[in-house]
Amino acid sequence: MKRLLMTTAAYAALSLAAAGAVAQTLTIESWRSEDQAIWDEVLLPAFEAKHPDINVEFKPTAPTEYNAALNARLDGGTAGDLIVCRPFDGSLVLYQKGHLAEITDLAGLENFPSVAKAAWSTDDGAETFCVPMASVIHGFIYNREAFEELGLKEPQTVEEFFAVLDAIKEDGSYTPLAMGTADQWESATMGYTNIGPNYWKGEEGRLGLIEGTAKFTDPEFVKPLEVLARWSDYMGRGYQAQSYSDSQNLFTLGRAAIYPAGSWEITGFNKQAFFEMGAFPPPVEAAGDTCYISDHTDIGIGMNAATEHPEAARTFLEWVASPEFAELYTNALPGFFSLSNATFEVKDPLAREFLSWREQCESTIRVAHQILSRGEPNTWNNLWTVGANVINGVMTPEEAARTLQDGLAKWYAPQKD
Amino acid sequence: MTQTATDSAAPAALRRRRKRAGRLHIVVFLAPAVLIYTIFSVYPLAESLRLSLYDGLEDGSAVWIGLGNYATLLFDPDWARQFWNAFSNNLVLFFVHMVVQNPLGLLLAALLSLAPRFGGAYRTLIFVPTLLSVVIVGFIWELILSPLWGVAETLLGAVGLAGLYQPWLGLESSALVTVSLISVWQYVGIPMMLIYAALIAIPDELIDAARVDGLSGFAIFWKVKLPLILPTLGIVAILTYIGNFTASFDLIYSIQGALGAPNFSTDVMGTLLFRTFFGQQLQLGDVHMGATVASMLFFIILVGVTIYLALVQRRLQRYEM
Amino acid sequence: MNTPVRTARARTSRLRRISGTASVHAVLLGYTLIAVFPVFLVMMNSFKDRRGIFGEPLSLPHAGTFSLEGYATVLSEGSFATYFGNSLIVTVASLFLILFLGAAAAHALAEYRFRFNALLKIYMIVGIMVPIRLGTVAILKLMVDLNLVNTLLALILVYTAQGLPVAVFILTEFMRTLSRDIKDCARIDGLSEYRIFLEVVLPLIRPVLATVAVFSMIPIWNDLWFPLILASSDATKTVTLGVQQFIGQFTVNWGAVLAALSIAILPVLGLYALFSRQLIAGITSGAVKG
Repeated sequence: MKRLLMTTAAYAALSLAAAGAVAQTLTIESWRSEDQAIWDEVLLPAFEAKHPDINVEFKPTAPTEYNAALNARLDGGTAGDLIVCRPFDGSLVLYQKGHLAEITDLAGLENFPSVAKAAWSTDDGAETFCVPMASVIHGFIYNREAFEELGLKEPQTVEEFFAVLDAIKEDGSYTPLAMGTADQWESATMGYTNIGPNYWKGEEGRLGLIEGTAKFTDPEFVKPLEVLARWSDYMGRGYQAQSYSDSQNLFTLGRAAIYPAGSWEITGFNKQAFFEMGAFPPPVEAAGDTCYISDHTDIGIGMNAATEHPEAARTFLEWVASPEFAELYTNALPGFFSLSNATFEVKDPLAREFLSWREQCESTIRVAHQILSRGEPNTWNNLWTVGANVINGVMTPEEAARTLQDGLAKWYAPQKD
Repeated sequence: MTQTATDSAAPAALRRRRKRAGRLHIVVFLAPAVLIYTIFSVYPLAESLRLSLYDGLEDGSAVWIGLGNYATLLFDPDWARQFWNAFSNNLVLFFVHMVVQNPLGLLLAALLSLAPRFGGAYRTLIFVPTLLSVVIVGFIWELILSPLWGVAETLLGAVGLAGLYQPWLGLESSALVTVSLISVWQYVGIPMMLIYAALIAIPDELIDAARVDGLSGFAIFWKVKLPLILPTLGIVAILTYIGNFTASFDLIYSIQGALGAPNFSTDVMGTLLFRTFFGQQLQLGDVHMGATVASMLFFIILVGVTIYLALVQRRLQRYEM
Repeated sequence: MNTPVRTARARTSRLRRISGTASVHAVLLGYTLIAVFPVFLVMMNSFKDRRGIFGEPLSLPHAGTFSLEGYATVLSEGSFATYFGNSLIVTVASLFLILFLGAAAAHALAEYRFRFNALLKIYMIVGIMVPIRLGTVAILKLMVDLNLVNTLLALILVYTAQGLPVAVFILTEFMRTLSRDIKDCARIDGLSEYRIFLEVVLPLIRPVLATVAVFSMIPIWNDLWFPLILASSDATKTVTLGVQQFIGQFTVNWGAVLAALSIAILPVLGLYALFSRQLIAGITSGAVKG
């Protein structure tokens, strides 16, 4: 590693002398502090080897502070040149305020399907402001050794899923489901938007909410909440105070059998777990039903409109849009799946498993992310709270659905009665 | 107008000399503090609070709407529910600190003021948690109370009370009190130190006199020492009140998140303010509503401080005489 | 003289004294354990491997669980020595400014009568009531204009502005109680107003200064927000920010997290042990007595 860095540096120094140019330094703002090592050791050296005159630094902020800190830095004019974009409104507003530059004509954007670009384009799709980097896919990761030990198979249907949970619970050596409600967001992310698309038929239900033809109180949106309420019987004792990292530890230490997951866990789990893992998509209601998965456009990258090095920043974004980056990124960070049309081999078996569901199932994104969380009360925040409430048994699925619907109807015209 | 309070008593020579000195020294004493404070605190805060009178438009510009945001905060059902919930949670937090932290601080300070052997060591060690960052404190207590790690449960088991264990931080009924007690654990050192300093500043003669009058140690504490340290207790109370509205944010944010989990049971003014002002996940920051929450916070603290200055402090001063 | 009754009474009173002392120690020791145990727990577990941390959280590290892997990760990944130096510079400089400027202002407010005195005092303490974090954007713009972003000076100025109200509030309260005779004597002796402040007043308020110092130190040392906004570069990062980012990067690697926490705690304890003697010496100097 060190040698690679040194060669890069030497190469950079040589070409500098040759070209007589001054190296420009770009910094990347991101919330993915876990990825520091991968950027420093794999991605950035690969870019700098090609563009020795541009030096890039990855400067992440913890996810809990990212939005607030980034906004303050943008307003104050001290933000980095390249900005890792949250999907939809989180970045749209930055674009509208003039903080993110328009990159609609960036070379390489044609490598992406329009559904991927939608997350970082204006509502009419005319202007794009971030290069799509990756999506994350939801499903369940399980401890393969535990399944073999108990003679269990990957469940296909909801009833099989609960039968598997019952069997694990009866055996008693593993906590059936590694999830808690202390941090609340898992209930919405790994819970509701993970299993829900099978009920509301993915895009059909999601667009129905946006157009005002469907409501959160409709059965297809209430049912997943009812299923979620049943999960609590299989979660660890004291799950109400079990945090996200508790759940990760519970599973990777081999003490739980099934982890309701997002594919972004793969990298960390590969490092921490000492057993073989498998994965299955969210179970469907009846065998043979079309399956739907949450294949969520999660992360993109754009450029600060106020950057002093717009040329260099564009060069970097073009590289991110290239097939080379798609392959490098997807394999360096298994579980973050490039949205590019480029074809390449995914090396990690678990990541390959997640990716294979794109073939069998219909893809959709998280239900609250586009347009529906634009007002106050915020639908996504509401989902965190009511999702946890339903699992904790302090709210019925019907009450939860009503809270979601009332909140949305309050400010969203197509949903007003 | 430049004169000291003791003018009437000061000799004529002194008065003359002071006149010559002018009032430059007053400016020299005040200017640096006033300047730094004005530039780096008052001005930025005023800038922010001003925003509460405006509403943002889509293109980023703002329009003056008077007290419209305040009406929204107090009368819109969704905002009002959050506001009053946060406010009452703050009152609970304040109450726990007043009945647990400050009496505990008083007790520890009183015991330390008896100058027991190893007093210095106790004092130093009890103050240790106060020095820790909330990042650390939050992490430590989440671990200890975690159902997964089982430290709290094992410890309770050691005294035969394992059955009492609950995931306290995760239950609506107990989360707020638990967080309050963690905060007490962290900050009890402050009232302890303040009260201790006041206690040992009491002149020995006063205590000797009381002892000669035949008062027991306990009676001396209640009848002689306590009245004398009332001003300090007043300061402790008002600092607790202010800290409860401002400093409580960091701990709750680090343990329970910006939404005051579970189900907003630990949501306080600070967390409400933070997510309104800066945003939270998909919720976009709204500087105008955020500034409104901040101004309300300001008024609430102002009311408390005014009551303190008007009533408590005046009465305490009469006591002193 | 030594009637049996008297001896008995003396014995009971001695017994009472001993049992009194014992209960004093029981309470103090009990609470000290509560205060220190969690910190001890973190340090102890930082010397274990991940399974040891989860499997036997309450036992001391032993051959089966002992591991320095956490520390190895911390030392190779973060430059905690730099961070610690930054925290130290920022805290000490801010404290000095808060105490010195705060005392000077409080002295002026408590000692001299001038127009708008009461108003100015209220102005100076109003800042206690609004969290300064709200002014973030204006502060950041100011620092950009002054070219102070990513410097420790930016943090020092903000923390000084943040700490002054409490310092002025507490110090004026105490300065009012100072006897005027001493100052007037000094005036008759021909001391200038500046020397009266430096040589008469400051020594008299030493114990209160120590208290204010401890108070102001805590939020400065522990602040996460302003380092993040104003000085998040590697060269200016503070310990608290460093630790927090480290936790973010190694969420599941608890060995490393606990090691980072321990590394962040130890210097504070050392510093406090050093300061504590000064603090107590200040408090017990008894200057306020009488």
